[in-house]
Parts: sequence; C-alpha cells; structure tokens
Amino acid sequence: MGRPKTIVEKIWDQHVIHKEEGKPELIYIDLHLVHEVTSPQAFEGLRMKNRKVRRPDRTYATMDHNVPTRHRHIIKDQISKKQMDTLEQNCDEFGIPLADINHPDQGIVHIIGPQLGLTQPGKTIVCGDSHTSTHGAFGALAFGIGTSEVEHVLATQSLWQATPKTLQVKVDGELGTGVTAKDLILAIIAKFGVRFGTGYVVEYTGEAIRKLSMEERMTICNMSIEAGARAGLISPDDTTVEYLRGKRHAPKGEEFEAAAEEWKALATDPGAEYDAHVEINASKVEPQVTWGTNPSQCVPVGAKTPDPSVLDDVQEQDSIQRALDYMGLEANQEIQSIPIEHVFIGSCTNSRISDLRKAAEIVKGGKVHKDVTAIVVPGSHSVKQQAEAEGLDTIFLTAGFEWRDAGCSMCLAMNDDIVPPGERCASTSNRNFEGRQGNGARTHLVSPEMAAAAAIEGTFVDVRKFGAKVGG
Amino acid sequence: MEPIKQHEGLIYPLDRSNVDTDQIIPKQFLKRIERQGFGQFLFYNWRFNDDGSLREDFSLNDPMYKEATVLVGGENFGCGSSREHAPWAIQDYGFKVVIATSFADIFYNNCFKNGILPIVLPRHEVNDLLNQAKEEKVMIDIDLVNQLVKSDHGLVSAFDIQPYHKDMLLNGWDEISVTLNYAEAIDQYETEKAK
Repeated sequence: MGRPKTIVEKIWDQHVIHKEEGKPELIYIDLHLVHEVTSPQAFEGLRMKNRKVRRPDRTYATMDHNVPTRHRHIIKDQISKKQMDTLEQNCDEFGIPLADINHPDQGIVHIIGPQLGLTQPGKTIVCGDSHTSTHGAFGALAFGIGTSEVEHVLATQSLWQATPKTLQVKVDGELGTGVTAKDLILAIIAKFGVRFGTGYVVEYTGEAIRKLSMEERMTICNMSIEAGARAGLISPDDTTVEYLRGKRHAPKGEEFEAAAEEWKALATDPGAEYDAHVEINASKVEPQVTWGTNPSQCVPVGAKTPDPSVLDDVQEQDSIQRALDYMGLEANQEIQSIPIEHVFIGSCTNSRISDLRKAAEIVKGGKVHKDVTAIVVPGSHSVKQQAEAEGLDTIFLTAGFEWRDAGCSMCLAMNDDIVPPGERCASTSNRNFEGRQGNGARTHLVSPEMAAAAAIEGTFVDVRKFGAKVGG
Repeated sequence: MEPIKQHEGLIYPLDRSNVDTDQIIPKQFLKRIERQGFGQFLFYNWRFNDDGSLREDFSLNDPMYKEATVLVGGENFGCGSSREHAPWAIQDYGFKVVIATSFADIFYNNCFKNGILPIVLPRHEVNDLLNQAKEEKVMIDIDLVNQLVKSDHGLVSAFDIQPYHKDMLLNGWDEISVTLNYAEAIDQYETEKAK
C-alpha cells in the first residue's frame, strides 16, 4: 500500500492523458453536459474549423436556462426561442442526445445528470455552468468551464488543467432540527468568505456530511463555487451507492456491485493530506438568511443586519454600506422584521423532490400571505411528476403558490420569471448578486423550509417555530 | 486569437471587491448566439438608467476614461457565473488587461482564451493605482515578456504568470489546435481506460 491519497488525487491520476514538467496536464473528460446558453458559440467554432464532436456519446444536452415555466407550447421570447432552436440544430448536426423542452427527461442540467445516473463517482464531469460543482456530491470531479473550453471538450474530450490543490472542509456534530444542508453551506460561506475556496477543490468531510442524504449533499457541493471553489466533492459511501442503484445509466446487476466496490474505494484514505483545512461544527449552525449582495453576507434568522460604522477597514465599510443600500435595508435591522413580496422555491440548489417535500410540509394547511407572490419550480419534469404523484402540487396550489414547469427560472431570471425592481424575494437559489433575479431585485437566500415559512408569514421567520412540521 | 506581448494604456479604476460576472454582463444579453458585440452591454446595470440614458454615478461613463484599455479592480474579480460573455464584453469594450488583487478561477482562465491578460498585484499596489487613477489619468505599461508593469506615476512591479498561459498569449494560440497534436495520446487513453 502506497502513500494515503485523497479522492481528488485518485480521480486525477486516473484521468491524466499527458503530463510534462512546468505545464498543466491534459486530462480526460468522462461526461460533458451542455445547455442552450453557453454552447452556441462553441458549436459555431467547431463549424468554422470543420471539426467534429469527438465523443457525442459522452455528451448530453438539455434546455434549462431560458425555458419558460408556463405556457410552454408557445415561446413568446423569440431570442430565447432562437437559442433553443440553435441547440436543437447543433445536437442534430453533431449527433448529441438532447432532452429538449418537451422531453420527459428535460430539467435543470445539474438535476437531471444525477437523476439519470449519468453522474457517477470517479468521473470527470464538466459543463459550461459554474454550478457543475453539484455533481461532486457523488465523488465526481466536476467543475464549470467557459465556452472556449466547451468547444475544446467537444473537439478533444479533454482539458488542460493544473493539478488541483485540495481543501478539506470538516463538518463535525449534527445539524439541529429545522436546520438544513442549505443553512450549513451558507454558514460555511458566511464564516470563511466568498473566496476561501479559490484555487482549490474542496472536499467536505466529517460526521455531519456522512449523515446527509444525496440530495442534501448536492445542495452543499452546488454552492462550492460561491466560496470560490470550482469543484467541491464528497467521498462516496453506501448512501451514494444506494442512490445510484437502479438509475437508468448506472451499471446493472453484477456490474453494479463491482462498480459500487470501485466507487467506495475512491474515498479519501485515512491519513491523506490536504493542502489546506478548515472546520465548522454543524450543531452550532442556525437557519440562515442572506442580507446582502453576495452569499457570505449572511446571518442567522434571529440576528440583525451588520453595522458598517463599527468596522475599521474602509473598503469593508463601503462594501457593506453599498450592499445595505442596494437591498433597501438599515444597519442593525432585525432580519425577522423584513417584509417580502416574492418567494421562489427552485434552482439547481434546492428543487429536488426532498426539497419540495420539506417545503410542502411547512405550507400544508397554511395560506400564502396576501402581499406575497410565491412560485414553485421543480428541478426537472420527472421531479414534477413525482411531486404530483405524492400530491405536493395540491398542497402548494391550495395554499396559493403557483406550480410551474421545470427550468432555472427565477434563479437567474433569463426567462420571464423576474422579480421587479426594488421588490424583495426569499429564494432557495444560490446567488444574491445585484440584479440577479431582475434589474434592481433584492434577493435573500434561504432554505426551502425557510422560504415556505416566509411565504406564509410575509416576513422572514424562524422555521423552527413551526414545531412538529419541521425536520421530519 | 490576437497575440499580446506588450501593452501601454490608460487605467480605468473600478474600486469594488467581488465584482461578479452578472454585473460584468447581465443575463438578458446571454441569449445572443454570437461571440461578438457584447461590449455595448458591459456593466449594463451600472452604466445605464432604466430609460437607457447614461448613469452619472458610474465612473466608467466619465469621459476621462474614454480611451481606457486597462481595467483595475479589487478582490475576487469575476466571481460567480462561468459565462465567457464576461471576458467577451470586457474585450469588445476595448480592455486588453485586467489588474486585480485576486481573480475568480473560471474568469481568470477564460481571459487567456480571449487574449486578455489578467494580472494579480499586491493590495497596496492595486490601491495606489486605484487612488491615483480616480484623481487623474494614469498610463501603465505592461511588458508580458519580462512580466513587468510600470505606471507613469512611479509604480514598477513584477507579476507572476504560468508559463503555459504566457505562451498562449504571446503566440495567440488556438488551444484546440495545440491539443489535437496529442490526438494519439487521447486515442490511447480511450482504448485503455475510456471505451
């Protein structure tokens, strides 16, 4: 037995095609996910140079970013339609499988990869989307790339990459009742900042991570990029294996059992060393609400907005004041005093079936506050069907939520799901940047349970007040 | 891609940290299927009022910076979305070099694919450049071959860059053409490990 290795080292070593001193290494890409927004220029680049897609069978496309989530049979936005039509033509021309807007497998690219079993431990996975880190939940090395790299992977099934540095985020303890994976990742980013992961691949370890379901692990890994890390992953274990059993693209029968052993062997060896290390105790984490314009500007729901005047650093003062001004908030304002006008339950962070179940549990028997417009956007067509089979749609609709079709929707507001200027949204998505949900829109990131509770109360409220409905 | 060896240009100071790619190019412009023409939408929500008029409170609209080709920013420049439309917009607007105290990984990487040179300098040097350029026009000379920047206000500083990235910019390489020289190695990898 050699030196103990991290999972990142093991995956990396298996994927190096070519290496030489002083250069990045050429690594093989096992799976390339494609969507309509960051791919048209890449396909055009191939055409201009008369190049082919090297492995269409390792490429999978869907439409998610600008698809409408209602009245889908008529797409009114002609520019969006052109982008979707272009993807269809490109997939047709280059022989790439596509789940288009009417396909039963359509959904947010980071929801459907795992759901179809395309996402598997040990794979290298890329997509022209920064939330590709989501797939790391399976112990895959998954990261977002730009359109030039999309073109490069289409043409060569490889990428030049520097050997990654590794950062361990160790989470001991246990999450309390009503405290979710979303609260944990927000608390991690609030504690260590929006760039602590820059230049690293993050591995989440520890007792609290082991106890998370696959869907909760995806929420954690999804937001690695909000801490600056292109990739975040979790070593595979029995939870990983059981999630993948029976998935369409997972191996079957004896092959599955053999694969499961290989997957579990990828886990970081005891005693393996990381380049950096941070720790947080899960039992101290409370339900979180962001108050500002980046995900680290976040406090527990019982807290207040910060007061920039008590800070020494002028640049930090400016930055906090700018964020408070944009958000229309005062210093030292109680989070639970902030009224909201919109609720969005959806996005690649929190639109899986377990997210919808937990939100529905809070909503059940309640009514959406009269001043709030609330929408639920399932992550995929199949999540939507599952939710309807369980009657979740009825719970949401009865309470006054809108029940939509699958897509990225109000997370980035590329379609017509937009928060108007100056209005405030409790959102289960991943970015509270200025204008993210619409020009002038004010975003507060929260868990699905906290979003559901806010929809009913009309202001932020500690979801733990909902007692028996929480954390079942 | 246009090679870049040396560049001398006027600084535009953007004294904000965590400038994300949603600010650099808002989502409504990502629906275009072309690679060109994004410069007009650069920092759209900061540059323009709702009625399309220029915002006076955003410094890029100051005529003093009309000829700027070197963007100087703060920490974590280009964070967030992987959209390559961000460097496309920066380049199309006329910037050749971006200087910051730190960059987000994906944005940093995307710059090299588009002939933009991203340079990391220490915070006190970036702060000096920002403060000087807010007051008056500051020219800066960037020598990629010798990895040196010199401002006409006295800053002289060496910067780091990976040799691979440096070669790519100096030669204006098309990376795919480079990689296709390794086609046999990729074939072999697929035969052995990735059928």
